[in-house]
Amino acid sequence: MPRATGFFFLAPAFFFIGLFLLFPFIWVFIISFTNVALTGPTALNPAFVGLENYVRLFDFSRWMRSGEFGNALRNTLYFVLGSAVLGQAPLGLAIALAFHRRRGPLRELVFSLATMAWILPDVAVAFAWIAFLDYDFGTLNTVLINLGLGKIDWYFQHPLVAITIFNVWRGTAFSMLLFSAALGSIPPSFWETAEVAGASSWQRFKDVILPLILPHILTDLILITLWTFNTFTPYLITGGGPFFRSETVSMYTYRVAFKFLEFGRGAAVAVVMMAINFVLATGYLLSLRRRRAYG
Amino acid sequence: MRSARFVLVRLGFMLVTSLLGTFFLLPVLWLVTAPFNAQATLRVEWPSPFTLQNFGEVFRNTFAIRALFLNSILQAGGTMLGTAVIATLAAYALSRLEIKGRNLFVYLLVLFSSVVTGTAAMVPIFLLLYYLRLIDTHLGVILVLTGGLLPTGIFLMRDFVESMPRSYEESALVSGATAWQMFRDVVLPVLRPGMMVVAVWAFVNAWGNFLIPAILIRSPEKMPAPVAIYSFYTEGGTPVLTLVSAYSLLYALPVVILYLFVNWRYGFRFFGGIKGGGK
Repeated sequence: MPRATGFFFLAPAFFFIGLFLLFPFIWVFIISFTNVALTGPTALNPAFVGLENYVRLFDFSRWMRSGEFGNALRNTLYFVLGSAVLGQAPLGLAIALAFHRRRGPLRELVFSLATMAWILPDVAVAFAWIAFLDYDFGTLNTVLINLGLGKIDWYFQHPLVAITIFNVWRGTAFSMLLFSAALGSIPPSFWETAEVAGASSWQRFKDVILPLILPHILTDLILITLWTFNTFTPYLITGGGPFFRSETVSMYTYRVAFKFLEFGRGAAVAVVMMAINFVLATGYLLSLRRRRAYG
Repeated sequence: MRSARFVLVRLGFMLVTSLLGTFFLLPVLWLVTAPFNAQATLRVEWPSPFTLQNFGEVFRNTFAIRALFLNSILQAGGTMLGTAVIATLAAYALSRLEIKGRNLFVYLLVLFSSVVTGTAAMVPIFLLLYYLRLIDTHLGVILVLTGGLLPTGIFLMRDFVESMPRSYEESALVSGATAWQMFRDVVLPVLRPGMMVVAVWAFVNAWGNFLIPAILIRSPEKMPAPVAIYSFYTEGGTPVLTLVSAYSLLYALPVVILYLFVNWRYGFRFFGGIKGGGK
């Protein structure tokens, strides 16, 4: 293929990625040092305010109060740890392992249901989960009562737990599909050798399978961590409430920028969010590289 | 003894996996029962009295129907076309130009798009569209969605391109085809399954997205379904359950149908990045 044609083919992609990913990424830094707003006195003549937006964000005297940035950051930490790292990844791996080299209607059913949970529209699943978690009529409490465990007031008592369970339900399919494909790419001889050697299934998993799929586990963890960190869908279920007890950083940004319409402050939150994302991604990438070098 | 143990293991396996299936099924059951119930509550129960009136009522809300059958289709359709075409061109060029480190490049691009995403990216993107005068336009929504989906679209497309033998193109060129003819008549037909996968994936993503149209669209006549659904609320601010559930079901249906289609035609599985050991 001639170089000129090639670059002609690449141009639209570069245009989009440049305008809607790269440019916003750089511009958000600049906005975060201004008091841009769509309403009020600074709407027409935004001014540079230096670090003011950041100083307000990291005002430690009120950081952890409800509705403040620290509170949202702590909630996000629990949410990401619980739903992505401890929820989606292990559950996805477990399902992939359980159905490895098995066919049949049960596999088809579990895979299809999990995938549906993943791809159905945000708003539709949000309404379904509002019904599912309802104190008086919700299916979850009905199940708990029938198991003799009693009702739980998910929205008022455990809003953060509720959106964590929701997100496990919503996102496990990605890990499941990724690990399923990864396990499928391991040559059958690897499984058989271990079987002949008389290894128990746990040993076989730990010594043979785990090292082989480790790069995929890291890739999975990077992506689901970032996605969970940035997801906005739980807002449609709890609205971040009650009293900001399930507000994550993503919802906090939304509130500051699009409810209060303070774009300068919103941009400062966005910069901090992206910085955290970058640290996470780099951390995973480095461990991925180290694994490669030794493995 | 061995066979008894085998049966036990087998039963345990079926029990655990059935529980898993139940976990994924239970939360959405309400979307299937409530729309047909004349007196729907938040409880999942057999519709009684059974009715199709809820759908009739939904169809009388012209604003919501326009949102679903015009605006959502325009925005998701535009995004689908844009993403599939541009991702295919880019993935093809990246492969055939033999650019060194292109795998790493695409991988980093996917990572980067996962970092610059969600509400964090919406702050500058909203202002960008504001200055470009694209706020409250279908085009604005389509452009932003396409920009966000492209890196992963290219990532998905890559495997299809890489697995296409170069001899196809060489023989076309030898027989005197121009580069464009070769691309149109030889490359595109071979890449069609890949384009289908990327197109369906982009459509489903754009169709289900709430945040981007919620922020970018202001006027009611341009709102897509996920925003318009909030018109089925009473003045007191509580959802009318019969209508919200019926509308949700209509809105979710295309995604279910597309999934079943892709699963039947191609088998729903992962294409990108696995074959090369995660590179």
